[in-house]
Amino acid sequence: MADMRLDKVPIAEQEPEVRAKNFKEVTLGYSLEKAVREAMRCLNCKNKPCMSGCPVGVRIPEFIAKVAEGDMEAAYEIIKTTNSLPAVCGRVCPQENQCEGKCVRGIKGEPVGIGRLERFVADYMRGKEPEVVLPEPNGHKVAIIGAGPSGLTAAGDLAKLGYEVTVFEAFHTAGGVLMYGIPEFRLPKTIVQHEIDNLTKMGVKIMTNMVIGKVLSVDELFEMGYEAVFVGSGAGLPRFMGIDGEGLIGVYSANEYLTRINLMKAYKKEYATPIMKSQKVAVVGGGNVAMDAARSALRIGAKKVYVVYRRSLDELPARKEEVHHAMEEGVEFLTLNNPVELLGDDNGRVRAMVCRKMELGEPDESGRRSPVAVEGSDYELDVDTIIMAIGTSPNPLIRNTTPGLDVNKRGCLIVDDTEATTKKGVYAGGDAVTGAATVILAMGAGKKAAAAIDAYIKNISEEE
Amino acid sequence: MFKIIRRKKLNDSVVLMDIDAPFIAKKADAGQFVIVRADEFSERIPLTIADFDRDKGTVTIIFQTIGGSTMTLAALNEGDAIRDVVGPLGVATEYEPNVKKVAVIGGGVGCAIAYPQAKKLNNMGVDVQLIAGFRNKDIIILEDEMRSASTELHICTDDGSYGYHGFVTDKLKELIDAGANFDEVIAIGPVPMMKFVCKVTEPYNIKTIVSLNPIMIDGTGMCGGCRVRVGGEIKYACVDGPDFDGHKVDFNELVRRNSTYSESEKQHVCRLMGGATNG
Repeated sequence: MADMRLDKVPIAEQEPEVRAKNFKEVTLGYSLEKAVREAMRCLNCKNKPCMSGCPVGVRIPEFIAKVAEGDMEAAYEIIKTTNSLPAVCGRVCPQENQCEGKCVRGIKGEPVGIGRLERFVADYMRGKEPEVVLPEPNGHKVAIIGAGPSGLTAAGDLAKLGYEVTVFEAFHTAGGVLMYGIPEFRLPKTIVQHEIDNLTKMGVKIMTNMVIGKVLSVDELFEMGYEAVFVGSGAGLPRFMGIDGEGLIGVYSANEYLTRINLMKAYKKEYATPIMKSQKVAVVGGGNVAMDAARSALRIGAKKVYVVYRRSLDELPARKEEVHHAMEEGVEFLTLNNPVELLGDDNGRVRAMVCRKMELGEPDESGRRSPVAVEGSDYELDVDTIIMAIGTSPNPLIRNTTPGLDVNKRGCLIVDDTEATTKKGVYAGGDAVTGAATVILAMGAGKKAAAAIDAYIKNISEEE
Repeated sequence: MFKIIRRKKLNDSVVLMDIDAPFIAKKADAGQFVIVRADEFSERIPLTIADFDRDKGTVTIIFQTIGGSTMTLAALNEGDAIRDVVGPLGVATEYEPNVKKVAVIGGGVGCAIAYPQAKKLNNMGVDVQLIAGFRNKDIIILEDEMRSASTELHICTDDGSYGYHGFVTDKLKELIDAGANFDEVIAIGPVPMMKFVCKVTEPYNIKTIVSLNPIMIDGTGMCGGCRVRVGGEIKYACVDGPDFDGHKVDFNELVRRNSTYSESEKQHVCRLMGGATNG
């Protein structure tokens, strides 16, 4: 009989005033006892609406039933059949729009804490994972470009099928946004590394410091004997607003700010990469990246951090939990505000941001109400650092060096419903196709592409 | 890991390293650079590919120890390995079609970057007037290499202790006034030097290419840390450059942005030197 309590079993968190000064994980996770109790809330529905909300199709009620029985090993096995990175997904997925958004228990009360449970199982099993049984090699080679969520998922799925998989990564560390973008306090890097190590144990080879499009082209990968290529190069090219003052000292893209902090560990004394010591910081944007940048700025010592967003709180695209956490930690939200100019001092350092007040107009084609400037509302916000988190677009490097690879107006690779690009044998997925989206959508695309690559290679081998 | 095959001191503060990096050596071209991370704790720093040997699979870097990261790198010996080397990055230098005569100008350690340009142009059969500037004769580097890569080598010293007494800009102006008729000028070195070279060539309308050196992190176009203003537009030096039309570059903004971390850089050197800075 299910536990009919309306609310989720609460999860332990660091206190806001303590955690706003450290980079340790904010959410501490369930204990075994709490996990089992939360698992009992699942009704084990016949039609499993939760599963339809999961882009990688985790068999949710099945694994939760095992958690309720206290059999974590079995729960882990079930999750791993469809999800290569459960410790990551359980932490960073916007569950409210996905699995938990579809949960029947959410109609009256809170949905089952599916993310928390997935995370619990992965954390509980860390270091206790069953010995990897390597599949029989099938003699075929696949190249993956980019070691972010989509590439790693595709690599994991193909390795399970016996493919010899090589992942080419431009940075010195695999993980993509999981390593350089999402901060330690949301996603500890040792956990990401552990999930990546699990992939390499399955035989996935990762080559770092390899910028495809520069050191090797896609066509050269085919010449080297790879029969298919998956492009999971993400959308890492930051946008700036194009307003005056963006060249001042103290103006960062969120990508630069977060890369210095997360990948280069600029907040740790023993690492050489510097970062500005700011007092008053404005982050422009309202997505997860903006939340991550704002909360990171607090943690490296800023006294005041503003999130400047041109729409209202209701339109914030960030994950609800992160907005809530940011507010608890003291980040101030200046919604319906839009920067129009950045002002500097005599040394070329930022001293203020000129903000213009906005109001919401009629809904546009996308259904969102567009912000309209309020005339004569300009004012100066005193800040010494500005972080632009207004989005990213795909890096042109691969499309510019690969003949036959078509892109749309926004520079995103064009694919069909099997994730096949316009070039034979080349598949793509994740932000490189969709523009900046979520980790789990990228993983879903990687999964779909892996299945399509498997079918493609089987098909050409049969023909031969 | 990338093994150091050869390490050679070129002067008191400038070091040359041949690094085993076959993938990079195969693709490298004059004007491109690599990003290097000496060890786990180091920064990623950009260094121009000073030379490459496709057969041996090596690339050459030449750098001056000016701060913490270059000191860490300089402390590595032959046989040691550099943690990360990524490249070749940036766009290779594109020359005007049918160039016949070019002045290649290097300032200080910038000569290490001017050298591959001169070498490539020289191999193309272009008349290369190589103007190399140094503070004094003790810090002159690559003299033989530069001589063999140019039609004529003009070494200038600020104090007159060797070669021409004066700045590279003085020598350049002399050559122009004497009717050198350059199709193009390529200037590589400290920002002020590049800026003044552009000032010299502008009235003569001689196309001038500069190789910019802003702060970089990834070097692949994903952070915009290296953004520079060229002809009023924002460009990312790591993917759009590092070469740009010098007459369009906002040098003042570049100088300012390069000073972003001057304070923390000093502290970093202090920590490595145990309290003493290297000036």
